Amino acid sequence: MRRAFVVAKKDLMIEWRSRMLLVRVAPFALLVLVLFAVALDSEPLILRAAAGLVWLAMLFSSLLVVQRAFAIETDDAALDGLLIAAGEPAQVFFGKTIAAFVQLVSLAVLLVAGAIVLYGATVSASNIVLLVTTMLTASLGLASVGTLYGAAVANMNSKDSLLPLLAMPVAAPLLIGASRATEAAFGSQTIDAAAGWAWVALLAVFAVVFVSAGAAAFGTLVEAES
Amino acid sequence: MQAVTTNDTALSLIDTVVVLGGFPALAGASLEVREGELVALRGANGSGKSTLLRACAGLVPVARGTMRVLGVDLSARRAANSSVMRRHVGLLGHKNGLYADLTARENVQFAARLVGASDKDVDEALARLGIDARVASTRAVSLSAGQRRRTALASLVVRRARLWLLDEPHAGLDSAARVELDAILRDATRAGATVVYTTHEVATPAAPNAAQNTAIVPRTIMLAGGVVASDVQGGGVR
Repeated sequence: MRRAFVVAKKDLMIEWRSRMLLVRVAPFALLVLVLFAVALDSEPLILRAAAGLVWLAMLFSSLLVVQRAFAIETDDAALDGLLIAAGEPAQVFFGKTIAAFVQLVSLAVLLVAGAIVLYGATVSASNIVLLVTTMLTASLGLASVGTLYGAAVANMNSKDSLLPLLAMPVAAPLLIGASRATEAAFGSQTIDAAAGWAWVALLAVFAVVFVSAGAAAFGTLVEAES
Repeated sequence: MQAVTTNDTALSLIDTVVVLGGFPALAGASLEVREGELVALRGANGSGKSTLLRACAGLVPVARGTMRVLGVDLSARRAANSSVMRRHVGLLGHKNGLYADLTARENVQFAARLVGASDKDVDEALARLGIDARVASTRAVSLSAGQRRRTALASLVVRRARLWLLDEPHAGLDSAARVELDAILRDATRAGATVVYTTHEVATPAAPNAAQNTAIVPRTIMLAGGVVASDVQGGGVR
């Protein structure tokens, strides 16, 4: 895993330098939250939909994070050298997933804070662990799905439009699970904390499946298109 | 699992076919390169030079025939042993493979970290390519074409690869840098590494390297239509 952390550190250093998350992705995600609120224009409806809106904004934003993660590899054809130097493609997959995970967790914190401020969502002290676990497991799932499909389209001409088409349907179970678990953490009357934890378990299974599948398939996917 | 061997043969291709997009980019190429050799692959655009390098790096699959790189059979390249071979291979393509937002030094450092090389190795590689402190601290996006090429070469040098696969490495370099690159290739082969580089410029027998103004006279393999058209032993390293 040493090489995976080297790759992750490199991706995060590039992100820190370019400020892409700060100046493009985060404002975009917050704008999505604001526009949803404007479109729904009903406080009870917004409050009820808050969790789903947070994770829909996360899903859209994760695509930008993943597109950026592979753009830095393809702009100057660095991916070939990276695959060779890393030896095992799985190391590159793990590294890029870790970097995307860190960025998505930061974004999830921002969006939950946005939901609290903009939508009036509340989190009781007893539900904080549920909320944090949801953010971690769902972010890992999104990062692994995004990295897997990002690799598949990295060298295609129409990658920007293909990535959402491929990744969003696959991420639908994650969207449902994360929304329901977050809804429970927000203290919704329609779902209790116990049910929320059941959804977290689904998110964990989803993350494990896609981390495993990504590690196994990353090399085949990225090299088939290179 | 196969290990990377030292049986004196770095590359061995027998009737190797590589198909890209339905087109046989390599159409039955056969050649053998010993460890420590310096080989120039020449040929027109589309003759299969770059594909041969990428296949040797395990980046494109062999459809038919056999290909052994550093003793590893890449005919079954999905096998786990290709990753063992890759760690000993350095590939420099048409592009430089640099990260625009990292400085020249950080780019070389990243290559070094992946193979466990030290900061001292990074300093030596930068010095070897004539990259001074000012250039080293400049982001790759702001470097000139020649400086970017030097940085990419420094990233290759720091890896201490056993097999160097270079796709038109002289491109974008001024004459002084070309001479310096030739010296680096010479040192690499003297240290036991195998160097295979491509050029689409066709030299004449009287001036085998005039097109590139290089100081090395390598073994020259001419590719045409995805097969080896000629294989001429050069005068070694001058």
